[in-house]
Amino acid sequence: MITLEAYFDYVILPILAISVMLVFIRLFRGPAVVDRVIALDLIITIGIGIITVYSIRTHQKVLLDVAIILALIAFLGTVAFSYYIEKQKDD
Amino acid sequence: MIEIILAILSTAGALSILFASIGILRMPDFYLRLSVTVKASTLGVGLLLICAAIMFPDVSVTTKAIAIIFFLIITAPVAAHMIGRAAYFTDIPLWKGTIVDELHGMYNEDTHELESTPDNLPPDTDGDSNIATTESETK
Repeated sequence: MITLEAYFDYVILPILAISVMLVFIRLFRGPAVVDRVIALDLIITIGIGIITVYSIRTHQKVLLDVAIILALIAFLGTVAFSYYIEKQKDD
Repeated sequence: MIEIILAILSTAGALSILFASIGILRMPDFYLRLSVTVKASTLGVGLLLICAAIMFPDVSVTTKAIAIIFFLIITAPVAAHMIGRAAYFTDIPLWKGTIVDELHGMYNEDTHELESTPDNLPPDTDGDSNIATTESETK
């Protein structure tokens, strides 16, 4: 019988780690700046998921506060990048 | 019983995050990458947070999880629309298999306002739209 802890450790977290590695390839390769911006946004979003799984695994519910802050930072970062990329075209 | 529910929810969440990252790597175009990323990653993280809300029998964790899901659902489309608009203004080419570009000529170049009927150029100008001619332009 597989326990839920082992399932989180050996299935869920490796899937999320592989996802972050795949997005990192796009972050390095992306032909334009906007590709890198959405890759960074996706990395932060997957980071929220990893923090959630880690807080389930270690029974530390305080870690969910970090996830709230990360969600806020991802939104503000994307909005700031797109604002300045759009302004850059006018000059 | 509750362990089976947790296993199903976390598997669905992790798989949709994996599909989002495969999509951002394999899709041929910036706009298709954006379309894949936003929806699938929001769904995946939302499912993982529901998992945490079920796992901890505590009101504070449930409130935090609902707050994060609500915030993600509210902000992800706004951020995606802003970055897609910025990409369209900076002339990121569309995929070469794109059939129609309905936004072409609809944006005012000076004021960045969207117009429903363009008065400066007719809507059926072929070849002037920003669709890539080769596969490697948008790779």
